[in-house]
Amino acid sequence: MGIIEVRNLTKVFNNDIRAVDSINFEIKKGEIFGFLGPNGAGKTTTINMLCTLMKPTGGGATVCGYNIIKQANEVRECIGIVFQDTTLDDQLTARENLELHGRLYGLKKSKMEKRIDEVLGLVELNDRANSIVKTFSSGMQRRLEIARGLIHYPQFLFLDEPTLGLDPQTRKHVWDYIIKLKKEREITIFLTTHYMEEADELCDRVAIIDHGKIIALDTPKNLKDGLGGDTIILDISEDDVEKAKKVFKKAKIFESQVLLSVKNAGREIKKVLEKAKKKKIEVIEANIRKPTLNDVFLNLTGRRIREEGVGLREQLKRRRMMRGH
Amino acid sequence: MHELEAVYTVWLREMIRYFRAKERILSSLAMPIFWLLVFGSSIRAPVFGGEIDYTSFIAPGVIVMTIMFTSMHSGISVIWDRELGFMKEMLVAPVSRISIVIGKSLGGATTALIQGTIILLLIFGIQNLSGEYFSGVRIDISSFLIGLPLMVLIGLGLVGIGVAIASLLDTLEGFGMIMNFVIMPMFFLSGALFPINNLPEWFRVITYIDPVTYGVESLRFVMTGFSSINVILSFTVVLAFTCSMLLVATHLFNKRS
Repeated sequence: MGIIEVRNLTKVFNNDIRAVDSINFEIKKGEIFGFLGPNGAGKTTTINMLCTLMKPTGGGATVCGYNIIKQANEVRECIGIVFQDTTLDDQLTARENLELHGRLYGLKKSKMEKRIDEVLGLVELNDRANSIVKTFSSGMQRRLEIARGLIHYPQFLFLDEPTLGLDPQTRKHVWDYIIKLKKEREITIFLTTHYMEEADELCDRVAIIDHGKIIALDTPKNLKDGLGGDTIILDISEDDVEKAKKVFKKAKIFESQVLLSVKNAGREIKKVLEKAKKKKIEVIEANIRKPTLNDVFLNLTGRRIREEGVGLREQLKRRRMMRGH
Repeated sequence: MHELEAVYTVWLREMIRYFRAKERILSSLAMPIFWLLVFGSSIRAPVFGGEIDYTSFIAPGVIVMTIMFTSMHSGISVIWDRELGFMKEMLVAPVSRISIVIGKSLGGATTALIQGTIILLLIFGIQNLSGEYFSGVRIDISSFLIGLPLMVLIGLGLVGIGVAIASLLDTLEGFGMIMNFVIMPMFFLSGALFPINNLPEWFRVITYIDPVTYGVESLRFVMTGFSSINVILSFTVVLAFTCSMLLVATHLFNKRS
């Protein structure tokens, strides 16, 4: 039995937007499970339902064995959450934020100090314990939030876009903490992301979600292997795009980029280039790429993850609704 | 037991935030002091048939004003909590919504009490120094023993209004409107600044509808021994109003989240 079991979970907004559309999955104890998908795919809505902030329209789920609808309080006790937007009180110090959290989760006074020092140590913020959070950089705030999410020793940790808006260096830092958590604490982690590298690097299993539906679920390796090999990418002259469509019938073509799936790119690139030359297609640049999760997504949906499927306005509207309060 | 701890936690946060925002304390005291000085020294009308002077008459009114601004502000800060995200942190904790509302309300009422007490002490101070201003204000144990709990009660009711409004509003953009159309009229129509006996009939009806009137009247009775409305009635209305506002606030807050 999984630590999280989700059955036909559905959320419909305003009677017509199916933000989460009858999804099913299970998370095993001790794994890092990822939700990968573009913005507006339904990741945050799923988290909001699982952490009892939002009532599902249909279906249900159990978290740590508790029903998310009927046993909301028990669910809340066993989970820790790091939301996408900061939820710290920026007028308070780091220590005060942690203390308030500990109190809200019923942590005994005798344990409080030790736990605070411990989690601050984990995210290397001990020396800033008594600084007002307002003075923290966004990376530090994120780390503090991770620390806070851990202070009551949750069995299960939700991380909603844990590295959104962080610079690459800080992102790597946060990844290290997450891996450390899994190893040292044996915490089960559910993270959502729209960074494919993040899912690839951290997750034991990844569910790819798009338009509220899970379209693939497996280990990152299996997902990539499923594509059947490498990709050859040709950047061609824009004038030749139409021609290329006829020559490379199996390829996927985006703007002036031709993507060919092949077994072994190193061997086949020569053949491909010769073919292009013969048909007078001007190749500006040729690259070989080992498959990434982005390619998996591309293959499944015909879109890239970063490509926003929904218009900006629609996105803002959805976001506001999904925030819920 | 744990819910009590939760109420305390939410209250504690309000306290830390209050004492950290020193400018806010000062600026919220400036207004009532300004009122006391300007109106108190410019208008020299004897009230209640010459029994007390005008400064003493408006003293309770100005204290209620202080309580009003402080506690409604603190109720409406629920919107801030939402915008800054801390509300989510509280909502997802294993505590009931009711504890959050109660903690928030007690926090607001406590800050209101502190502010009100500062003004009260200030009034006593001026009275001692000048001998002329506030001569009708009684300084005795009863004005504290009854006055302070009364201030808490008034504060709680007004935080309730604030939380209720905050639960209905989406953003802080509506805050200015609330200020102009709810808080200011409630204060000006309450008889804090003028005796309601002398008002024309239609105006008096409005002041009777305004719940703040009863807060001002009961505090005025405690502080000066005079009031236009029967003191038992005004105490009862304050109590009933506070209880019902807290219920409404809890209900709306619950519904919202």
